Amino acid sequence: MKNVELTVNGSPVSGEVESRTLLVHFLREHLRLTGTHIGCDTSQCGACVVHVNGKSVKSCTMLAVQADGAEVTTIEGLAHGEELHPMQQAFMDNHGLQCGFCTPGMIMSALDIVKRNGNELDEATVRKELEGNICRCTGYHNIVKSVQAGARAMGGES
Amino acid sequence: MYEFNYRHANSVPDAIAAMQAADDGKFLAGGQTMLPTMKHRLAGPSDLIDLKGIAELKGINVTDQSVTIGAMTTHAEVAASTQVQNAIPALARLAGNIGDPAVRNCGTLGGSIANNDPAADYPSAVLALGATVKTSQREIPADEFFTGMFETALAEDEIIVSVSFPVAESAAYMKFENPASRYAIVGVFVAKTAGTVRVAVTGATTCAHRALRIEEALAGELDAEKVDAVTIPVEKMNSDIHASADYRAHLVIVMAKRAIAAASS
Ligand SMILES: Cc1cc2nc3c(=O)[nH]c(=O)nc-3n(C[C@H](O)[C@H](O)[C@H](O)COP(=O)(O)OP(=O)(O)OC[C@H]3O[C@@H](n4cnc5c(N)ncnc54)[C@H](O)[C@@H]3O)c2cc1C
Ligand code: FES
Ligand code: FES
Repeated sequence: MKNVELTVNGSPVSGEVESRTLLVHFLREHLRLTGTHIGCDTSQCGACVVHVNGKSVKSCTMLAVQADGAEVTTIEGLAHGEELHPMQQAFMDNHGLQCGFCTPGMIMSALDIVKRNGNELDEATVRKELEGNICRCTGYHNIVKSVQAGARAMGGES
Repeated sequence: MYEFNYRHANSVPDAIAAMQAADDGKFLAGGQTMLPTMKHRLAGPSDLIDLKGIAELKGINVTDQSVTIGAMTTHAEVAASTQVQNAIPALARLAGNIGDPAVRNCGTLGGSIANNDPAADYPSAVLALGATVKTSQREIPADEFFTGMFETALAEDEIIVSVSFPVAESAAYMKFENPASRYAIVGVFVAKTAGTVRVAVTGATTCAHRALRIEEALAGELDAEKVDAVTIPVEKMNSDIHASADYRAHLVIVMAKRAIAAASS
């Protein structure tokens, strides 16, 4: 067993893990942060996307020991109390989810897209950038709209 | 996934010593191939030696003649590097179209070529640009590096330190991608360097290789029409649920022509 210490959503956390414990299992089962989902466990679907040191990664394809010492942000780290993050609010306003299973990963990927591409996103950019996130419900149309609206809202426009 | 010993190496000698001490060790880079393989229990190493902490394996150095990229440099870093974009734009674009953003944030150049997946993108660039692979032991020319399906010239305890790509006069990569994984069904990298044109194909056969028939037909010129007369041996092509051997042979010609057209424009 190994001891890992990391910062998750701004708070220091630690735990004893096996070498083979995946980051997603550490988040869900040790920390009970079950907002991060496991859709495929084969690196395809993006339901498990979190940020590690500010970059989007598939937490089913990273060991907890690889994240030792890192700063991790999960979907639980976005809202301020009752006030949703503008990207979360945009998904709600634009019907960007149906069952909601893919949504945490979509939102974490969306924030990474905004960081790299800015607040004015065209549809083609959003669709290309979301290649690693699969949704079985919506047909993507409203997800793309949500990401565009959320990006604008993050830039101060609504 | 079977349990294993996780080791964090601080230097190249440290990583090699850990490998030599292990029963059945493996190096860990971005984990984007290693971890899925271990989950499927297709690999069960006794030790995983993480190369992440080794500063010497990171970074990009560009001169007039070459672009040298550390083995642990991620696909996202290569894609976003303005130096690489200026020196060999086709290489930056190739890196930016590997997998998806989360894969590119972890996956590395060294991991990609050490793994030598038949459908990986980077091997075609290494071959067409005539790159040199610098390891902990020696320098390996591109033409000697990729030896077969998932096979390379690397020894068990040999670490890729960096890859040096000569700056091409012009180059382009065209990939016909699997829409689910973005791996190449067929990808062709064309590079004109010092008056010679080299053409490398990935995805089509068991291992990335130079398309010598196409190179001969081109005879140093980026003229897409010259490729029409070339026949690609169908019996060597991969055939699977994604594409038949006939279709892949056809795609080699189509992608080569597109890459040549892009490189000459
Ligand atoms: C969903 C998904 C989509 C993908 N799509 C594509 C794609 O479109 N095109 C493509 O080319 N690839 C694709 N990949 C593969 C990706 O590029 C991997 O990152 C890459 O193949 C392996 O790099 P890594 O750094 O993750 O290496 P790892 O998985 O950590 O290691 C792979 C192998 O290389 C060895 N190794 C790693 N570094 C070194 C080194 N410095 N010296 C010696 N040996 C070393 C390891 O021991 C291991 O055997 C995809 C992967 C996923 C999960
Ligand atoms: S659960 Fe990680 S990519 Fe699907
Ligand atoms: S909303 Fe159901 S999977 Fe996307």
